[in-house]
Amino acid sequence: MRAPLSWLREFVDLPDDVGVVRDALDDLGLVVEGLDHVGEGLDHVVVVEVREIHPIEGADKIRRVLVDAGGDEPVEVVCGAWNFEVGDRVPLARVGAVLPGGFEIARRSMRGVTSNGMLCSSSELGLSGDHRGLMVLDPERATTPGEELRDALGLAPDTVFDLSVGANRPDAWSIRGVARDLAIRFERPLRDVTRRTPSAGEPTSVLAAAVIEAPELCGRLTVSVLRGVRVGPSPAWIARRLELAGMRPISNVVDASNMVMLELGQPTHPYDLDRVAGATLRVRRARPGETLETLDGVVRTLAQPGRGLGDTGEDVVIADGEDRVIGLAGIMGGADTEINDATTTVLLEAAHFDPMTIARSVKRHGLRSEASTRFERGVDPERALEAVGRFVALLAESCPDLEWAAAPLDVRGEVTPPSRVVLRPGEVTRQLGTEIDDDVARRLLEGLGFATETVEDGIAVTAPASRPDVRTGAAGRADVVEEVARLYGYRRLARRTPSWPTPGGMTERQVLRRRVRDALVGRGVLEAWTATLVSESHVRRTHPDARLIRVTNPLAEDEAVLRTSLIPGLLDAWARNVARGTGDVRLAELGVVFTHPDDAPGRTTRGGEGGLATLALPRETEHLTVVLGQRGDDARTAVALWRVLADRLRLEDVVVRAAVPPVGWHPTRSADLVDRASGALVGRVGEADPDVVTPLLGPAPASRVGLLEIDVDVLSDPVRTRRRPDGVVVPSRFPSASIDLAFVTPDGVPAADVAHALRGASDVVERVELFDVYRGVGIASGERSLAYGVRLSAPDRTLSEGDVTRAREALIAAGERLGARLR
Amino acid sequence: MTGPLENLDAVVEELLDQLAAFTSVEELDAHEPVLAGRRSPLAALQKSLGGLDPEARRDAGARLQAARTRVEAAVEGHRRRLAAAERERRLEADRLDLGDVVAGAVPDTLRAGHPGLVARTQAELEDVFVAMGFRVAEGPEVESDWYNFEALNIPPAHPARGMWDTFYVDLGEPETVVLRTHTSPTQVHLMEAAVRDGSLPIHSVMPGRCYRRDTPDARHLAAFHQVEGLVVDRGITFADLAGVIETFTRAYFGTDVDTRLRPSYFPFTEPSAEFEITCQICRGAGCRTCSHTGWIELGGCGMLDPAVLEAVGIDPDEWSGFAFGFGIDRCAQMRHEIADMRALTENDARFLEQFS
Ligand SMILES: [Zn+2]
Repeated sequence: MRAPLSWLREFVDLPDDVGVVRDALDDLGLVVEGLDHVGEGLDHVVVVEVREIHPIEGADKIRRVLVDAGGDEPVEVVCGAWNFEVGDRVPLARVGAVLPGGFEIARRSMRGVTSNGMLCSSSELGLSGDHRGLMVLDPERATTPGEELRDALGLAPDTVFDLSVGANRPDAWSIRGVARDLAIRFERPLRDVTRRTPSAGEPTSVLAAAVIEAPELCGRLTVSVLRGVRVGPSPAWIARRLELAGMRPISNVVDASNMVMLELGQPTHPYDLDRVAGATLRVRRARPGETLETLDGVVRTLAQPGRGLGDTGEDVVIADGEDRVIGLAGIMGGADTEINDATTTVLLEAAHFDPMTIARSVKRHGLRSEASTRFERGVDPERALEAVGRFVALLAESCPDLEWAAAPLDVRGEVTPPSRVVLRPGEVTRQLGTEIDDDVARRLLEGLGFATETVEDGIAVTAPASRPDVRTGAAGRADVVEEVARLYGYRRLARRTPSWPTPGGMTERQVLRRRVRDALVGRGVLEAWTATLVSESHVRRTHPDARLIRVTNPLAEDEAVLRTSLIPGLLDAWARNVARGTGDVRLAELGVVFTHPDDAPGRTTRGGEGGLATLALPRETEHLTVVLGQRGDDARTAVALWRVLADRLRLEDVVVRAAVPPVGWHPTRSADLVDRASGALVGRVGEADPDVVTPLLGPAPASRVGLLEIDVDVLSDPVRTRRRPDGVVVPSRFPSASIDLAFVTPDGVPAADVAHALRGASDVVERVELFDVYRGVGIASGERSLAYGVRLSAPDRTLSEGDVTRAREALIAAGERLGARLR
Repeated sequence: MTGPLENLDAVVEELLDQLAAFTSVEELDAHEPVLAGRRSPLAALQKSLGGLDPEARRDAGARLQAARTRVEAAVEGHRRRLAAAERERRLEADRLDLGDVVAGAVPDTLRAGHPGLVARTQAELEDVFVAMGFRVAEGPEVESDWYNFEALNIPPAHPARGMWDTFYVDLGEPETVVLRTHTSPTQVHLMEAAVRDGSLPIHSVMPGRCYRRDTPDARHLAAFHQVEGLVVDRGITFADLAGVIETFTRAYFGTDVDTRLRPSYFPFTEPSAEFEITCQICRGAGCRTCSHTGWIELGGCGMLDPAVLEAVGIDPDEWSGFAFGFGIDRCAQMRHEIADMRALTENDARFLEQFS
């Protein structure tokens, strides 16, 4: 919201220092997001009268203009605007002027013509956003050529605050509302503005009618008849105010309506009385199938259920005496009854509508207006006629014969009554932790229009009608305490660091994640972060048949689906690095992947309006995925990396098991990682399918890419992924013996199974390690030789030759039980 | 039948026989022009149709086209079969039993790795909060509208909904499922669980990834990370909230950093505040980054709204608490002066290698 300082000063005396006002606004929660200084940079800008306009030979965009700048000789300038004629008075920035924004005017020569300054548009002077042509001064305004523009227009330099007002401050969505907060902060009185009262004579009920058919959607409907209207431009000061506040002046009637809304927060809607059948306004629900052409020229179909949660399609409309819809209540009027140049009698609506209904209609129709923004938050129903009084006073400045018909119509619907809460003694202090005297709290609240009263169990506080956001009960007390805290000043509130007996800490899973990250970083891996929202084809690279989880409103079509794997994103990231010449890297990511609830049922949650329904949600699985793209990396590197990880995480026995991998993996160089005891699939290790990698690389040479993918959910579950016991073994002090055994083993018998059998063969076996695999001469096809180094040791003695021989026999027997023969 | 196409069927059969004899894609590609291309007997027949009268030529042309289509389909089918077989052979030749990998035989170069900037920043923040007595909790990224909004006192059509640009997930009824726009729904899960287990009080922080439908620019990404803090205990006041914010910011940013709270609005806290810290660029002197105020906004906070407590079955007369939240990425951006946040998801090795 834009709040000009001069306008605020109409309501309250403020310090001269703009910085002080700005700090006060910030501290009151009316955050100053921007600050415009206007009316500066007008030195050496004067009013001139256009005397002659001449074409310039060879130029069709610019003309030579002679102007009277008050001196003896006319001044020659070159001008590219076309919206003026001889006799018009326009602003001239003389040579040496520095316009707002820092543009310095110098003498220039164009096509042999000297330009002694620049004729300006109003936007070039920082006076409004209007840059469509020169600023042509109102001929009715008395000006003298050569006069400073600032004096001619009565332009005082001003400051405009761009304020961000929270949804809990409906009362601050107006100049007066902001001024009231400042009045409390600076302890100055709040002034009122001039208003008119209705005239005597014929009552409005003879001239017009007002009906509320939907009292739960319309809290109040006032209808006034204004006669003696002459539609024309607004007085300059009104136009200027509107421009400073960011609105374009349109006509005196529309401008008065906008002024009142900005100033007091009450939207009003003027109709041309002669175009409203029966001069009747009735508020009702729209019926399905009804249409309305709104002022913006769009024909809207009403009462259609929307996509929003719980949106039944309810629209509140204004209908005329023939029950024809003439406006979307609180949002925008219809084109048919719009004010026009011929309007002489205005039917003025100032009403109160249900915020929630307006909000839903705004969303459904995609139509937000200054009025709806205020109705959505909640307008003070008690101030409707006050606003009309101000409207009449403003319009009367340009319509001297204006008359407000007696006894305006005023129909009441239902409005939630203002909340009343009782603050128990010391409640403010108890919530804020700062001693604030009850009297101080009461004074602050009363400044905002809250009524306070001492009652038996504390202080009863009743919110003003301008604060529909204040609730009842415990929530209402919090609302009231917030107002006290805000007006008292957050900066003055106490600070205390609390403590409690329970220690802080992380879950086992969080600790495990850190260890994983540390281990990977220790092996030269870079941690990446790839997109969660991807394209359909991205998903299809690893999940050709998965049901897609789509986002209904993606930013782009290739960011419309939730990822099912981290592999494609990491491969893309790696390939991008290859293309940039930085592809000699290993990339890893820890992140969530998603499975459609139809593919992985089980996750349900509370949902629907009111949280009354049960919804099936996608399963979220945390993956650790590593793409090994460093020179020389392949499936073996991935296996070795996994072993480092498993060792670091003290996993008991997760084995590499041959398996046909899913799409995206190299079919003959990939394997499952399975916990031997639980049988759980912990992850997968191998290489990316070359047919997936090669197209990513483009002109770069083909390369193997190792892959490791771990399901962190399984990994962090000690039942599915067994850890080594906490107890440690103190190594024997007696010398150990080492023996090497090579077994000819059928291809179908995993090396890990042989190792496992060897480990269990004798209690003197301390360690078993595969150190060589041989195929070739001397070994039949379908078999290979696996060579294991076995270390033997006993805790209480040096092993005898007999011990070693017995162990060796037991090891050979264990191998044979799996079909492995000593070579 | 007589005429130029008399032997058409035989020609086609002959071509199909030739086709079947090719045993590699390469060979097939080399001979394709002879089978179905310009040098095919079918192309020669096409030329011979010139002498026919228009009607006969039309008929013959249609037959010839059908024959050509048949041959082309056969070529395509055969190419696919050959390619599949070749891939099969390649993969078979490539076969590696990963169970036989000898760990010591895998060469590796010694090189430093680097943790992700967000993960590292998150870990640093977690450490600060754990030292202050907070537990670290987590929650899902896809939530129902209920947890993301309604249980947090933001009913549908609430004007504050505009504060979050929401991605909706297409599952059943419109707008019932969202990508969480903040970590706050995890608060609700924690409070529900504490009520269920009778395990109040709560002192937790909840880091996590969130999403807003906001076109990415130098300062924002559509996906980002937040840390949320939640305390529910007896006798907790606004002073405790302000104290926790101050302690944490000093611990993370340095003891010379000051904090200030400013009134704000969040539907789930009352009173609400935004918290600002001394500008990290100018150390409070005023610069462009902080719009010459000396302060940088870090996050939002406030006392838990009694309506939020009541919605999960916690008695606001017995328990009170506060919540706060701020961006992890934003902390990282401030500390490392990252000019463009989009670098975070580009994963350029030269960027990633700068963190440790
Ligand atoms: Zn600064």
